[in-house]
Amino acid sequence: MLDDFMTRASLAGIGVALAAAPLGCFVVWRRMAYFGDATAHAAILGVALSLALQLSIFVGAIVVALIMALTVTALAGRGYAMDTLLGVLAHSALAFGLVAVSFLSGIRIDLMAYLFGDILAVSRSDLLVIWGGATLVVALIAWRWSPLLTATLNEELAYASGIDPRREQLILTVALAITVAVAIKVVGVLLIAAMLIIPAAAARSLARTPEAMALIAAVIGTISAVAGLRAAYFLDTPAGPSIVCVAAVLFAALSAVNWRNRAGT
Amino acid sequence: MSLIEIDNLSIRYGANTVLHHVRLKVEPGEIVTIVGPNGSGKTSLLKAIIGATAPATGQVRLRPGLRIGYVPQRLHIDATFPITVERFMSLTGRVSRSDCAAALEAAGVPDLLKRQMSQLSGGQFQRVLLARALINRPEVLLLDEATQGLDQPGSAGFYRQIEAVRRDTGCAVLMISHELHVVMSASDRVICLNGHVCCEGTPDVVASAPEYRALFGTGTGGALALYRHDHDHDHDHSHGHEAAE
Repeated sequence: MLDDFMTRASLAGIGVALAAAPLGCFVVWRRMAYFGDATAHAAILGVALSLALQLSIFVGAIVVALIMALTVTALAGRGYAMDTLLGVLAHSALAFGLVAVSFLSGIRIDLMAYLFGDILAVSRSDLLVIWGGATLVVALIAWRWSPLLTATLNEELAYASGIDPRREQLILTVALAITVAVAIKVVGVLLIAAMLIIPAAAARSLARTPEAMALIAAVIGTISAVAGLRAAYFLDTPAGPSIVCVAAVLFAALSAVNWRNRAGT
Repeated sequence: MSLIEIDNLSIRYGANTVLHHVRLKVEPGEIVTIVGPNGSGKTSLLKAIIGATAPATGQVRLRPGLRIGYVPQRLHIDATFPITVERFMSLTGRVSRSDCAAALEAAGVPDLLKRQMSQLSGGQFQRVLLARALINRPEVLLLDEATQGLDQPGSAGFYRQIEAVRRDTGCAVLMISHELHVVMSASDRVICLNGHVCCEGTPDVVASAPEYRALFGTGTGGALALYRHDHDHDHDHSHGHEAAE
């Protein structure tokens, strides 16, 4: 079954969608969209470093994404606005990454594969890493679910309940770095944030509880991955962007229905 | 021992010391109100009690195993965050439906279980926050300007609810408020804070203390008198009317 490249690609897409759904909800609730984007952009530097050092790109991406996210968290509140800080660090890392890749003579690198993903080339070992990473992210968030929700709602409320919001923030940061690393192959660094935010945002109008929102986001993400791949196959379009296009269309459709319902009541 | 014992507490943010050598005790069942102008360190004091701010000197001792119910100053629930009142109530631990209903009843909002938090009015929202704080049967309730954004009848009603909760459950209450007249009439003890403890005692003692009058003027003393109807009129009557309007 895994011999079919479309099957492998679908499984890879679904794995990323499942990890991105609950994490994406927190990204939306905590208004971390730009933070996710920045972490993902920084990962291209990790890709370049791991190619130079002949490491797995998962390792390089996860390390750089983590360093980036921790640096931003540490520097925030020291005089710079968060979006300025993210803009400086993320785009610098992206630029250094692109420049570093150009120095790697001897290796022919298809940069597009890392910017927009190369889901059709997912191997069995890639699948293992993607599902391993996705399982880790989902387990991490499931384990800390209630404290994460409390810390997201209000920091003082979290402290009063014996929860350290800084620790919960760290857990989200780690989960984000893992998700970025496993999603590079599927949608590429430029579209990872889309996989985080669009399914979660689309799920909002259908959900009455945070749990429901995460589950619906997972369903929407999975539909996007499968349908996007089909569309890419039949229309001969790039796979990663096609997945994001389907998610965007679902978001628009659900929002339109929601607006009509509200106008009706 | 007391529920909360604060000894020689100082808090600094960088070079800025917001609290100097504060001593404070909260005994079981009493309602203690902290009043003070903006920037007097009221919120920092409460943050130190819940462990959100580390003391620069001194210490905060809570009775071992103390159950705290905390009502935050303002809780903004983002429109992107779907959550029903029922789910919100069980956020920090599983609760039975009957406990949940009982806590909402005690807070004066019995019928909101299925509503979305983001659709509640300001008064309902604050009462749900109170209900959530009550659900683990706290021995002390901490309220940080819990009536911000409520109109005067709304906040008066809220404080009457707090008194009812104390009467029914016997829990102690430590609260911060800027609404001197409403809050002080409900308190057993008032602590006037301005970086340090200026004065403390029963509401009458504090209201007539020169330190308090220096901070808040005599007008609020008049307002207090209007609400309490005990007429400690050693000042011009017109002040009272100004403050009450």
